[in-house]
Amino acid sequence: MSTTTRHREGQKHAAKPAASGTAPARSRRHSQRWLAWIFLAPTILGMGLFTLVPIVASVVLAFFRWDIISAPSFVGFENFATVVQDPTVRVSFLNTIVFVVVAVSLQLALALALAVMVQAKMPSWLRTFFRSAFFFPLILSAASVSIFMRYLFNEQFGVVNWFLSLAGIPAVPWLTTPGGSAAVVIMVYVWQNFGFSFLLFIGGLASIPTETYEAASLDGATAWRKHVYVTLPLLSPTTLLASVMAIISALQVFDQPYVLTRGGPGDSTRTAVMVIFESAFQRLEFGQASAIGVILTLIIMAITAAQFRLSKRFVFYQ
Amino acid sequence: MSTTTERVLTRSAPAGHTPARQKPNWSLVTRVALLLIAAVLTLGPVMWTLSTSLRSPSESFRLPPSFIPWDPDFTSYAQVFQQLDIVILVLNSALVTGLIAVGQMVTAAMAGYAFANLKFRGRGALFSIVLATMMVPVQVTIVPVFMLIRGMGLSDTLLALILPAIPTAFGTFLMRQYFLGLPADLAEAAAIDGATPWRTFRSVYAPLAVPGMAIVGILAFNFHWNEFFRPLIMTISEQNFTLPLGLVSLQGNLGTGSISVVLAGVVLSMIPALVVFICGQRALQAGLTAGSSK
Repeated sequence: MSTTTRHREGQKHAAKPAASGTAPARSRRHSQRWLAWIFLAPTILGMGLFTLVPIVASVVLAFFRWDIISAPSFVGFENFATVVQDPTVRVSFLNTIVFVVVAVSLQLALALALAVMVQAKMPSWLRTFFRSAFFFPLILSAASVSIFMRYLFNEQFGVVNWFLSLAGIPAVPWLTTPGGSAAVVIMVYVWQNFGFSFLLFIGGLASIPTETYEAASLDGATAWRKHVYVTLPLLSPTTLLASVMAIISALQVFDQPYVLTRGGPGDSTRTAVMVIFESAFQRLEFGQASAIGVILTLIIMAITAAQFRLSKRFVFYQ
Repeated sequence: MSTTTERVLTRSAPAGHTPARQKPNWSLVTRVALLLIAAVLTLGPVMWTLSTSLRSPSESFRLPPSFIPWDPDFTSYAQVFQQLDIVILVLNSALVTGLIAVGQMVTAAMAGYAFANLKFRGRGALFSIVLATMMVPVQVTIVPVFMLIRGMGLSDTLLALILPAIPTAFGTFLMRQYFLGLPADLAEAAAIDGATPWRTFRSVYAPLAVPGMAIVGILAFNFHWNEFFRPLIMTISEQNFTLPLGLVSLQGNLGTGSISVVLAGVVLSMIPALVVFICGQRALQAGLTAGSSK
């Protein structure tokens, strides 16, 4: 672009700053629109192909029987009926719900307690150390973590049982009993994920104005009362967000039980996503797998909606 | 109001200083002790993994466990290279993760810029759709994506892992927020100078976008380096496995044979994540919690 044209355009803008109908302004809007669509094309096409189309396909597939080899045939609600009656699917959904309730409660309680303790007065290098330590497991792969945790919880030579034996507790059959396996899956999951809720709570605590605490101290509030009557209500938006995110990701748990227990012993640690995986890629029941996926998605959507409903009543927004 | 502040000053001044000097602050000591226990429980398993991988394979079962590698032995590291095509696994993981990260950085920056700074019809609606796709779990779309990949003739290739992971709703969201945070008069100044929208992006905004793109890249790297579910489904032959998948199958093959070898593999697989942790912890934390503030 030559200097003269730039100069001329500059003059036009200066002369009629408010007029949007002039030729250069119109062509600017035109070229903006063009650029926008060019810039959006990779993302929109990619998402359409790999997310939106698959969502629709997944719902459609839930009404068909298909094993990839022979042609798909329409079966109506048969897949849903089969899946709902299947004892393995039922127990897996039940396991998932128990897992979500226990793991998410533990994760949030632990994260909140640690965040409150870290945010209180202490040397800043110590605070940095604790924050990094609690964040650290998040960067590891759930599969690798489950690999070493399987050794740690081994009945004969595992470190956990060795420490318990020091306290005189006999060896716990962690990975060979239903209760033990479920406990290990929950502990390993919480170990790796509490750091995320912890970070959210740290952010939430930092946004509570210090004057609120000063006012509470003036009124003679004890540390405990300050937690209950100042911190918790003012933190409730963060708590809601942290619990929604924790529940959604816990509902999709797969890596830990797959590597730690393969769903066993029996079906005791089989989860909803594990049955999707097994129906589709081991039994080649793609229609049934999609039906389970649709049910899981509906549950996730219902829980998310319910939490935001509840929030209107219990969450305190400043 | 003024009386309140006076009262705060007079009361908090002695309360804040004298006890710390005179006697140990017991509430601080208890808190730090509890936090230390939590930190030991968090880091202990990782220390045990590192330290056991540095024991010789025959020693690796021996109790008491070791948590600090006083006398490192690298036999297991030599063995992991013999028992597992770990070079291939590392290359696969690096290629998949690297291309996804670069692809996400570029496409998210472009889409984020369009949503933040360019005007076009349907912008709000389109952005809502992009956000909505974030709520759909990958496990739900995996069956049709698997079929699609098969139909494209890409099953059991690394492209099957790379292509579907490049369009990123979260990255687009992050980049949009990032561009909205840049001063708007930059665009106005460029427009007055007669720059085309493309020139405005290329010479003004693209250079400023680098820190935001770095966050997208770090998040993508960390997530996909550790990914297990998709590689488990999309790859069949071992030469297309990524690291987590290779390590899990190594553990399966060896049973409880030589744990230090498996752990050596685990430690090797952690190194890139560790580098990211040391260099980009701030960016990673900022990215992970982005979107939590409204």
